[in-house]
Amino acid sequence: MGDLMIGLYVFVLAALAGREVITKVPPTLHTPLMSGANAISGIAIVGAIVVAGRAEGTTQMVLGIAAIAMATINVVGGFMVTDRMLAMFKKR
Amino acid sequence: MHVFVELCYLVASILFVVGLKRLQSPATARGGNALAALAMFIAIAATLLDTQILSWTGILIGVVLGGGIGAFAARTVQMTDMPQMVGIFNGFGGGASAVVAIAEFLGTGGSAGVSTAGGTIVLGTLIGGVTFSGSFIAFGKLQGLLSGNPLTFPGQNLVNGLLFLAVLVSGVLALGVTTVDPLTAFYALIALSLVLGISVVVPIGGADMPVVVSLLNSYSGLAASAAGFVIGNMVLIISGALVGASGLILTVLMCKGMNRSLANVAFGAFGGTATTASGSIEERPVKRADAEMVAAELGYVNSVVVVPGYGLAVAQAQHELRKVGDLLEERGVDVKYGIHPVAGRMPGHMNVLLAEADVPYDRLFDLDEINDDFGNTDAVLIVGANDVVNPAAREEGSAIAGMPILDVDRARRTIVMKRSLSPGFAGIDNELFYMDKNLMFFGDAKESMAELVRELRELA
Repeated sequence: MGDLMIGLYVFVLAALAGREVITKVPPTLHTPLMSGANAISGIAIVGAIVVAGRAEGTTQMVLGIAAIAMATINVVGGFMVTDRMLAMFKKR
Repeated sequence: MHVFVELCYLVASILFVVGLKRLQSPATARGGNALAALAMFIAIAATLLDTQILSWTGILIGVVLGGGIGAFAARTVQMTDMPQMVGIFNGFGGGASAVVAIAEFLGTGGSAGVSTAGGTIVLGTLIGGVTFSGSFIAFGKLQGLLSGNPLTFPGQNLVNGLLFLAVLVSGVLALGVTTVDPLTAFYALIALSLVLGISVVVPIGGADMPVVVSLLNSYSGLAASAAGFVIGNMVLIISGALVGASGLILTVLMCKGMNRSLANVAFGAFGGTATTASGSIEERPVKRADAEMVAAELGYVNSVVVVPGYGLAVAQAQHELRKVGDLLEERGVDVKYGIHPVAGRMPGHMNVLLAEADVPYDRLFDLDEINDDFGNTDAVLIVGANDVVNPAAREEGSAIAGMPILDVDRARRTIVMKRSLSPGFAGIDNELFYMDKNLMFFGDAKESMAELVRELRELA
């Protein structure tokens, strides 16, 4: 079985697991869910590290810095704002 | 070394799933978010270990810059502005994916060729580019930098269709299948993807932007998965799939809450900024009430349900509302809050706004939980909401027929706190306002609520 097929299996099973987990999130937490999931999509930072780390020449360097900066905004901002929202949810 | 790195990615993947699972209850949600952040940290650390870092300069500059901007924005954003905040963060995530794909392509010197790598680079550029520019338009519309009205012209869908076709063609040409210079085709792909992101979002009204944000969020997940396929990284594939699923589920939920199809949101050019109806208010008689009367109606009963709408948040009246709730509870009244799925500007937004005003989350009930209770409720206080309590939704042929509503008209008494009788988002009259059991309490939500607090304090 090729790498592509293994990747496809992983993708489909992860999507199904995601559906199971996420449909059970109550409506009251849907906004933090959206912003938390959005922070997770900042995983693109992994790719950005690869690009920035091997950067040679000005173009690659500029692209690397741009990719890291944008992904970091997504990750840091996303998790922090989600935490700020969830900290406000209090029981009586 | 390699096995250790792979195991780190596996741990990160597990923590992402467990973190999302903990979002199933408000009591564990904060810990769940922290777990997901830890997973991200592990994934980043593993990547740093695994990659031959030739230059730390770029990474450090990028992290300091991005971390500073992200942290500042996350700390200072108003809770009412949450939809555009998520939108712009998502735009940056999409932008990062696109730039990674662009750097990969340029790294090959424009000779990616027809391969999994080449295909995913094109896909990453396309999805990332559309997410980036589309999110910025969504942000502009939500933030009021751009007009919230749909921007339409004849033949728009045809133009967008052709644009999409052009994107696909330039993507294929960038793989070097013809004599066309792949690099030129790739630059065209970048430009056309950015234009496409703008042109598909401008015809959508400001009120529908949260649906766009949610859908683009789903796309950015798919872009991450695509990148995972390129570099054979499972944690990218898994977290991308999780985000893709979450974005899609929330998009569908939002459409259901508004009783619209996704196609109608995308192509219907619906939902500009709400128009304020002028004049012709007193055409039919309504019962008016002042703060003193409302206080008496609420203060001497057993059960009250509050239905907050976005008008409450616009007026910044949620803190005064919480005081009203506290005073009623001190008098022994059972106070609950009924939250419609689209009460705020995105699902769960109203819950966040009420949580910010220290309303305990166990007093908040969603539509399915509260609808059976209205028959046994003494009084319902509706603040800044309209269409979501319009009984016309139960009648066939109405503009909002079939839309899920809160059945407030089954309660013994309803009190509507509103600026005027002007129609809501759907642009139709609300029969509830003219019912015998209904009282209209006209005025600005914040001022009216403050008056109500004073009157409740004076009740014996």
